[in-house]
Amino acid sequence: MNEPIQDLANREYRYGFVTPIESETIPPGLSEEVIRLISAKKQEPEFLLEWRLKAYRHWLTMVEPSWARVEYPPIDYQSISYYSAPRQKRGPKSLDEVDPELLRTYEKLGIPLGEQAALAGIAVDAVFDSVSVATTFKEKLGSMGIIFCSFSEAVREHPELVRRWLGSVVPATDNFFAALNSAVFTDGSFAYIPKGVRCPMELSTYFRINAASTGQFERTLIVADEGATVSYLEGCTAPMRDENQLHAAVVELVALDDATIKYSTVQNWYPGDREGKGGIYNFVTKRGHCKGARSKISWTQVETGSAITWKYPSCILQGDDSIGEFYSVALTNNFQQADTGTKMIHIGRNTRSTIVSKGISAGHGQNTYRGMVKILKGAAGARNYSQCDSLLLGDRCGAHTFPYVEVGNATAQLEHEASTSRIGEDQLFYCRQRGLSTEDAVNLIVNGFCKEVFRELPMEFAVEAQKLLSVSLEGSVG
Amino acid sequence: MSEIGKTAPAAGEGPLLEVRGLRAAVGGKEILRGVDLTVRRGEVHAIMGPNGSGKSTLAQVLAGRESYEVSGGEVLYQGRDLLALSPEERAREGLFLAFQYPVEIPGVSNLYLLKAGLNAVRRHRGLQELDAVEFLALMREKVKIVAMDEALLKRAVNEGFSGGEKKRNEILQMAVLDPTLAILDETDSGLDIDALRIVSDGINALRGPRRSMVLVTHYQRLLDYVVPDRVHVLSGGRIVRSGDKDLALELERKGYSWIDESAPEELARGRV
Repeated sequence: MNEPIQDLANREYRYGFVTPIESETIPPGLSEEVIRLISAKKQEPEFLLEWRLKAYRHWLTMVEPSWARVEYPPIDYQSISYYSAPRQKRGPKSLDEVDPELLRTYEKLGIPLGEQAALAGIAVDAVFDSVSVATTFKEKLGSMGIIFCSFSEAVREHPELVRRWLGSVVPATDNFFAALNSAVFTDGSFAYIPKGVRCPMELSTYFRINAASTGQFERTLIVADEGATVSYLEGCTAPMRDENQLHAAVVELVALDDATIKYSTVQNWYPGDREGKGGIYNFVTKRGHCKGARSKISWTQVETGSAITWKYPSCILQGDDSIGEFYSVALTNNFQQADTGTKMIHIGRNTRSTIVSKGISAGHGQNTYRGMVKILKGAAGARNYSQCDSLLLGDRCGAHTFPYVEVGNATAQLEHEASTSRIGEDQLFYCRQRGLSTEDAVNLIVNGFCKEVFRELPMEFAVEAQKLLSVSLEGSVG
Repeated sequence: MSEIGKTAPAAGEGPLLEVRGLRAAVGGKEILRGVDLTVRRGEVHAIMGPNGSGKSTLAQVLAGRESYEVSGGEVLYQGRDLLALSPEERAREGLFLAFQYPVEIPGVSNLYLLKAGLNAVRRHRGLQELDAVEFLALMREKVKIVAMDEALLKRAVNEGFSGGEKKRNEILQMAVLDPTLAILDETDSGLDIDALRIVSDGINALRGPRRSMVLVTHYQRLLDYVVPDRVHVLSGGRIVRSGDKDLALELERKGYSWIDESAPEELARGRV
């Protein structure tokens, strides 16, 4: 069958360059000393150091999870450097003070930090290795009471907010990788949208790993106060390196009464080469708390990068009538592995959740959807709709689906649909007979498959996601 | 039997399509066993034959379906070796296949596929690609040819289309892509009488001196509406008889068994 779908050829990773910049990187290893050093470098208040140390001590008692359907050699946590920052003047006041080499890097990545930012109308926080190097549009947003800054700055300028919400959704002891992150996190983004404010532009963070032998452990915290609305975008890339690099991030979202948070990710960490060498281990904990009534949190992710993805953006639907959504496209090509999905925890009455997962496997890629829908006793009238579709290209890849359902309230309504299909030789031939090349035909069919997710993305991101998908699939058909 | 087309070919121009001794197999089983066929510019040919005679195989092989293995013979299209071209190259060179069973492509709008196809063809011909506005204007005009509801354009390709809508959609695609050689594989099958009339009107509207057509059909009824210049009967993987439109009527009267009972030497003379 599927004769046109043959061996994988190489594909190009456009973001694999290294920025030649002098960095301050602490020696590899993890200990209380290292954590104190990170905290001291960031001039953190005492409470945060204590919080880190508590997380670290708990982490030491934990075992790395092994239930995911992914395989990798043991990680030596003592061989990783936990802090690396480009040397630059402390806290650049404006873009003029940012090292031009860094600006060039983001320009190469297509991230608007300078004048283009004004045109693009997107506020960006740029995180380079362990630190945030620039945040745009701070003043404009500030005039509306919106706080958008690096996590470090939030700790300095708004310690009361950080103290109140940090760890409130993902506790420091939540899981192995979250605990590790809590102990050693170095930077990330912070956003607070005050009561009744609709954030006028997309907020975004662009994560870049540059230095070798380092891990990136960032933490993002977004709080939407009552009636606030915000749309947040996250992008990420890393150089091509032969060794695997660990990325263990934590994202916490809090939505109070009537607040809405839309969180979109286009994840394009270096996936490793076609033999499966190198690439990022993307072990990330993302969770949103619909704390208030009628609040809404929507996760949209397009996962095309990383050697291994272990990630389950989830929603705790506590407020009555709150809504959780998860839209996901995960692509695994070559030797990539993804175990991704979501948890929807229904606590409040009439809470609703929607899960749409699209997994695409090519080459030797292994793609697993793992999702849980949990309806607690008090969640009368809760509803969930889940749809998991898998698309296979070729015959050496795999798709797996593990849906878990726990229902504690008889009035709940759940629907689950699942499908697995191959790109048909007949579909390809039909498109080619209309003049499309095989590659264009595959892209067309794959994009059609992902349509329900792409339409949830902000416009520019949707275009980006489509392009990314086609690059990631390059050479996946003969 | 002299070769009289309705439109005489321009001086010095060879036939548009020349199939010589074409043999093809699928899954190791030989289906075409030496097909000969010559189609000149502007001609409409009908290929008839009983089930399993190789009609659809011929259509698929000409369009370049890779699951069929060509084991002998040659095909010249506009004087070039057609079999050396990929399916998309054939399409861009103006060869169009209206499918017997048009496939569904979920999530891909009909408009989007057609625009991608048309622009691929236009690029190949050195023409400017059409933008969204120009393309839509073209579609509005072409959609009238098959009296198709414009709403179908925005739906996913063939998804949830009725049998008749799928066939009309094929003719619409033909109208948009403006082929030089159109092969219509059982376009009449599964159509009620009204749909058959609409599809036939569409085909007739697209007939012209610059376009040749090969109609693959089991029944004569399509030929009541689209009158062919030549009729061929395919049986056992070979063209066993050729004639004008009266041959189709004779077949209708006598049935395919009449062909099978014919003498072998008569079959040999069926070569066009």
